[in-house]
Amino acid sequence: MTFYAQNALNGLAYGSLLFMIAAGFTLIFGLMRIVNIAQTAFFLIGAYIGLMLLHAGVPFWIAAALAGAAVMAAGLLIYRVFLHRYHADELTALLLTLGFALMLDDLALAAWGGDPQSVPPPPAFASSVQLGPLVFPAYWLTLIVLSALVAAGLRLLERRTMLGAVIRAGVDDEEMTRGLGINIDRAFYVVFALGAFLAGAGGVLGSPITGAYPGLDGDLLPLAFAVIIIGGIGSLEGAYVGSLIIGLVSTFGKALFPELSYFTIFVPVAAIMALRPQGLLGRKR
Amino acid sequence: MTGRRALLVASAAAAAALAAAVPSLGLPQYYISLLTQTWIFGIAAMSLDLLVGFTGLVSFAQAAFFGTSAYMIAVLATQYHLVAFWPALGIALGTTAALAALFGLLALRGEGVTFIIITLALNEIVWGLAYQWVSVSGGDNGIAGFIRPPVFGLDLSGTAAFYRFTLAALLVCLALLAAIVRSPFGLVLRGVRDRPRRMAALGYAVQAFRYAAFVIAAVFTGVAGVLFAYYNEFVGPVNLSLDTAVQVLIMVILGGVGTLLGPLAGAAVVVFVSNALSNLTQRWELILGAIYVAILLFARDGLVGIGHRVMRVLGAAARGAGPAARPVMSPPPGGRGEP
Repeated sequence: MTFYAQNALNGLAYGSLLFMIAAGFTLIFGLMRIVNIAQTAFFLIGAYIGLMLLHAGVPFWIAAALAGAAVMAAGLLIYRVFLHRYHADELTALLLTLGFALMLDDLALAAWGGDPQSVPPPPAFASSVQLGPLVFPAYWLTLIVLSALVAAGLRLLERRTMLGAVIRAGVDDEEMTRGLGINIDRAFYVVFALGAFLAGAGGVLGSPITGAYPGLDGDLLPLAFAVIIIGGIGSLEGAYVGSLIIGLVSTFGKALFPELSYFTIFVPVAAIMALRPQGLLGRKR
Repeated sequence: MTGRRALLVASAAAAAALAAAVPSLGLPQYYISLLTQTWIFGIAAMSLDLLVGFTGLVSFAQAAFFGTSAYMIAVLATQYHLVAFWPALGIALGTTAALAALFGLLALRGEGVTFIIITLALNEIVWGLAYQWVSVSGGDNGIAGFIRPPVFGLDLSGTAAFYRFTLAALLVCLALLAAIVRSPFGLVLRGVRDRPRRMAALGYAVQAFRYAAFVIAAVFTGVAGVLFAYYNEFVGPVNLSLDTAVQVLIMVILGGVGTLLGPLAGAAVVVFVSNALSNLTQRWELILGAIYVAILLFARDGLVGIGHRVMRVLGAAARGAGPAARPVMSPPPGGRGEP
């Protein structure tokens, strides 16, 4: 029992981390139909920048915000200069982001070296929480709560704000939205910036769990994609549910079948593809 | 037209004869090794081109097929003592085809971008299996301890002999792929690429053709994987990593999508440039990534397209201001949209 509860909490924490990547991914794809393969590279760069700031004595949460802002700036630059011309051309956009993922990966290796680095959680959350027979790092619980708050905030943004209305209109019918005189290009920039910020800040928030090492982006990419496939591409709620499912499956996979843990992710992905190819909460296109 | 065709056949035969003569030219072994790699990755790139260029499917699962057949060779030789070339090749390609048959069923449930994402996830799962299933795959250490078996009584252990063998394999694969592309089946694939709905309306089972192309491309990639296992006499998780999938895709795009020979040229460029750059600088991945992005942005038709344009400019210069040449990649009639 303790085993299952402990792993369930670990899985939720890991899933919360994945959501920080998947949220931006699904928002960007939903609105602009750009598959941003560089999303996990943004996460890695964010983690490294955060680590640098932490070493410089910047408090953890501020480091997360600053790293998110730095990654956001880089993402906006890439979007402005290269990507924004390729909305209609999904394939070119995807291949371009792949190129940027490769380059960012190599730049990170050049800038921060090849040694894996561990990141301490913020001091106030470094202790452990005793829940009955369970001992659980306080920071992981914090991350679960934080990620749920981000999910709720994004949902509010999407459902209850003017910007959200523009985004939803753009997802449904970009041409008609433009025809009504709405400046949807601004929404494009905001959504791309938001996605990059979430990934960059998520890199700092997640790094106490994942660490920071070259190849982390490549390790996270299939997980993020599995999340999207399961949740349904373009769906925010789907990204949250999918994140938690993949977090749980991969954590239990590691605990129960250490040799096949990566393979266990295949099970929900295959099941979804066979039964519901548009994903749990995705829309049929 | 027949004159041009004869010229084409003659120049292809001359190129093949020249390539076969390379080991006798006294080049350093290093370059012969690089050319061997070029032929092997050329097969992988051409088979991916069958998907990307002729069927309109971008797959990231090719490394899974490349690596699976490579691992099969290694596992058969080291754990089952099956070293004879033809049975090992048959089992490796059969396994790869079975895996592709399964992956194709899953991935083709998704359209467009979803297909790409699923193939990427599937590839990573196979990588994870090779990386973590240590008792079978050796994990990160990979599998060594097997050697090239003789084929038709020919000893392939030497660099030159293996070079000629991979060249022969490349030519066979090129001939088969060219025949597939030119066959009625290949024409249907192009129809599926450009006008899936119209093809469906004409009564073609669009998904079945995509599925067939997916499995065929996987088997050809499997041939490349088998050769690569014998080339290195070693297999490791990197053989089926996303890096390998991306590298092969870069070869296709660099060379020119939908041209078969272009991806072969792309393979040569990637193999030689990455080796040359990695001698000069540690940042060769960055440079290769930049070249790739530049090709995507400024020369979507790749090296083949650049070659066509250079020829056109030269031709125009020779003829004086001649008539405007036709566009290199003519768009399908009636624009891109579906009917």
